Amino acid sequence: MIRSEILREIAPILRDQLVVCNIGIPSQELHAIDDQPTNFYMLGTMGLASSIGLGLALAQSKTVIAIDGDGSVLTNLGTLPTIANNVADNFILMIIDNGSYGSTGDQPTYTGKKTSLAGMARAAGCDNVVEVMDVDTGTALKAAIAGGKMTIMVVKCDSGNAKMPVITMDPVVIRDRFMKAVEA
Amino acid sequence: MNIDKKITDDLVANDISFVTTVPCKQLAGVIEEIDQREEIFHIPSNKEDEGMGLCAGAFMGGKRPAIIMQNTAIGVTINTLATLIQYYRMPLPMLISYRGELREPVACQVEMAVHTKALLAQMNIPTYHFHTQADVEELDMILKYTFMCNKPVAILTDANFWGGYGDQ
Repeated sequence: MIRSEILREIAPILRDQLVVCNIGIPSQELHAIDDQPTNFYMLGTMGLASSIGLGLALAQSKTVIAIDGDGSVLTNLGTLPTIANNVADNFILMIIDNGSYGSTGDQPTYTGKKTSLAGMARAAGCDNVVEVMDVDTGTALKAAIAGGKMTIMVVKCDSGNAKMPVITMDPVVIRDRFMKAVEA
Repeated sequence: MNIDKKITDDLVANDISFVTTVPCKQLAGVIEEIDQREEIFHIPSNKEDEGMGLCAGAFMGGKRPAIIMQNTAIGVTINTLATLIQYYRMPLPMLISYRGELREPVACQVEMAVHTKALLAQMNIPTYHFHTQADVEELDMILKYTFMCNKPVAILTDANFWGGYGDQ
């Protein structure tokens, strides 16, 4: 499966949760598949989905799912120790690990070679780290939500992108409707 | 006057309850003070752009955030300031140690000091410079201004403000 197929499959699960979605094609895909006020789309700032998600989870009690990518986590590796040492049990970091920089033309990342993000998360001190195959994403995500423990999911899948339109919504509108959904 | 306590009191009085820090020798006292206050959740970050991400999330979760960092971090955070904090119109007080100014003992610090105000000006970030201890009296107003206008605001605090580096 490629990322967009996973997102389509888990959209009914994501719909009821606060979602912080990674920059570029992941946000475009989620926006096209199932736009919700509970989705915060990153339009720039590669690497910070996990940081924004953690800050949000620490600040309020609803479940937060940050959808990140292998390339983005690699560019902000300091996030893993920060997550490990500031546990928010309402936080799920779901890293869609397709071993490539999808938004820039599928250039390979190191996670498709020797580097294991699950291993790095564990070494950083994260307690609940699960590595799952693409077809098991929905089951694992439901279990993580029900578990009520901070969870790092590394979802191994194929490289590739769906062709979706660029998000033209104004960033302040995205942020404002998201904050209203957080408060609701 | 205990500057560290005064700064922390102003943060608390302005309902700032989520503070991320990347340390600096000059900021050690205020970071320690913040760490001890029950009203503030202190979350050290490993890099300042990561810290700004944490602050953005906390703000959207209903908390008032702040970041404490060195001026060298302006070089690290330009993209985050432009495409996250400014683009989504989020408030962010940035208490910054202004290394490389008068009384600085480390020559390399001057290399970023000479760019600091120019970069902040280029980013249209409101910037205040605390040079003497009395300048701290403006902090309360600066914090209110930051959350009024929903912008990142820089408070540069130089070595003279902090009382120098001791005997050199």
